[in-house]
Amino acid sequence: MEDHDTSEPHVFPHGRKPGELLFCFLFLLFSAALLAQIGWQTTWLPGKALAAQPRLWPAISLGGAVIFGALHLRLTRKVQRRPGRWREAMVWLRSLEYVCWYVVYVLAIPAIGYLPSTILFCVLLTLRLGYRSGRAVLSALAFALFVVLVFKTGFNVKIPGGALYELAPDRLRYILIRYF
Amino acid sequence: MDLLFSSLEIIARWDVIAALFVGSIGGVLVGALPGVGAAVAIAIMLPATFILEPIVGLTALLGVYGSSMFGGAIPAILVNTPGTPVNALTTYDGFPMTKRGEARRALSLAYSASFFGGIFSILCLMVFAPVLAKIAPMFGAREIFLAALLGIVMVVLTHRGQVLAAGTLACFGIFLQTIGIEGTAYTQRYTFGQGWLQNGIDLIVVVLGIFAISQAFVLFMDSDKNFPMPHIGKRGFFRTMGELFKFKRIATVSSAFGVICGMIPGVGEFMSQFMAYSYAQRTSKTPELFGKGNPEGLIASEAANNSVPAAAMVPLLALGIPGEELTAMMLSVFFVHNVIPGPQLFANQMDFVLALYLCLILLNILVVLFLFLATDTLMKVMLIPNRFLGMMILTFSLIGVYSLRNSLKDVFIAVGFGVFGMILKRLDYPTSPVILGIVLGGLMEDKLRTAMVRVRQPWDFIDRPVAFILFALIVLALGTHFWTLWKARHGDVVDEIHTDPPA
Repeated sequence: MEDHDTSEPHVFPHGRKPGELLFCFLFLLFSAALLAQIGWQTTWLPGKALAAQPRLWPAISLGGAVIFGALHLRLTRKVQRRPGRWREAMVWLRSLEYVCWYVVYVLAIPAIGYLPSTILFCVLLTLRLGYRSGRAVLSALAFALFVVLVFKTGFNVKIPGGALYELAPDRLRYILIRYF
Repeated sequence: MDLLFSSLEIIARWDVIAALFVGSIGGVLVGALPGVGAAVAIAIMLPATFILEPIVGLTALLGVYGSSMFGGAIPAILVNTPGTPVNALTTYDGFPMTKRGEARRALSLAYSASFFGGIFSILCLMVFAPVLAKIAPMFGAREIFLAALLGIVMVVLTHRGQVLAAGTLACFGIFLQTIGIEGTAYTQRYTFGQGWLQNGIDLIVVVLGIFAISQAFVLFMDSDKNFPMPHIGKRGFFRTMGELFKFKRIATVSSAFGVICGMIPGVGEFMSQFMAYSYAQRTSKTPELFGKGNPEGLIASEAANNSVPAAAMVPLLALGIPGEELTAMMLSVFFVHNVIPGPQLFANQMDFVLALYLCLILLNILVVLFLFLATDTLMKVMLIPNRFLGMMILTFSLIGVYSLRNSLKDVFIAVGFGVFGMILKRLDYPTSPVILGIVLGGLMEDKLRTAMVRVRQPWDFIDRPVAFILFALIVLALGTHFWTLWKARHGDVVDEIHTDPPA
């Protein structure tokens, strides 16, 4: 299989991207590992029809994923490679930093409350992303306030109040927990 | 007439009108932001709509779905970057027109073609609604199973050049829905003894991870793009809108492609715009100008795109089968409110269905008026830096993930799918097969089990007319695919639209 001319207009991507083979291989390995556990992780009920067997659909889906995955890996290998496999893998790993940011944000909500954690998250992440101007920080602050006021104050979405709010005086505490 | 009045009564409420405004204008804004798109916006909005009535929630979501493609044409035409993935072909003729100093003409043609496509598809469906209402009750368990299977087959086959990747991901999606305690014998499947896996993996959590969080990660990993903002001229939009009538054949046929592709589960916008663009090029008197700013290419792409949303609601409403990722997300709005889409909905609540279509008409009118008045202002939206946009998406996505159950496990699952989705997007792999696999996989398992109770021999499965037609369509789709592969191997097939790239 040859690499297509990427200058042609198309809506479907062509060629092999850096890291594609690595992903295909890892995904195939993952699917095969899951399929290998089918006997342990699903049940076969004696006397029941095939369509009613709890094992049927995991077998079809994982079997399909392994077959398609193996064929895909085989064909991907034939496409002319573009260098940068490990650089791409590093990009995947670098995304874990933002996973940490997100998890810390979620963990902070029950502790310090939705409003303070959203403001901190937006402003600090904006600074981390390289936007250091006063305008960028103010935009992040305004955005954080907008999100909290619309969703928590306006729509009352179910997000817990922070433990920090307990320190506020009675009336203010109710308002903080309910709306911020 | 009673039906029409009943439908008007459903939508003549302040909250539906507000949802129309929020959905349509919000959708245009989202579409105009390169790197966001309707899928991200709908994924974020989805949990918030659960507190609304079905008609209100669906109107807002449909608003975003239908109007994002209008907005997506703006960056596609002005800065050669499609606002939504389905505006990809718009860049090929829209941007060269901008470079020639015809930006306003290109925008006006795109808006009017989108408007034409949207209204055309809604009118088609309103005309055919009584027929659909008669056909819908013919769908029993085996027909719905076969229609869902057709959806899976089509979503795999329509990803040209990526069929094997799409197949792998669709199978993975089907597997994801099997995790947890299954509903008949109550045995555990792939829970690994973990209590948090017993209830399975929530579709909304996966959707938010794969569409919203992943997009934030993609934007974080990219550098900011500085678009040179073109001057779009002062001539009025309304004056150039009439130019569409010079290309009414292209607009009508392209819209028809959109309607057909939208109605077939698993096909959607990509295939419709591809077919429409190919048709326009093949039948044009100046095919050599395609990719160099030919208005026909622009009209074909935009009319085909925008006629899909209304058509895509047909399999969803009539059969409960979502045709693509956006309607798959909308399906959860029905389930949350215990409204079961399917034959009964089309047969018994036609006023609700008609109300949705009326909302879509209003939406198209609102959007086109908004665009004609506010395009200059909208251009400023494109100046929001990519990574700042990523921060905004990540903040919004928390509302959906965390407010569902205040569960940290949901957050971990969502960010896991976020990383997975980011890898798929960076590799240009499709994400829709995963979502359709989850939704249609569950449906297929359930319906096959029900259908097989009455099946004695294999032939019984397709002994009813609709079942036989669906089976024949599956065989035809697979046969055509393998035939095309065989011909391609022997060098008989020209696989691409041939034009010069935009300079």
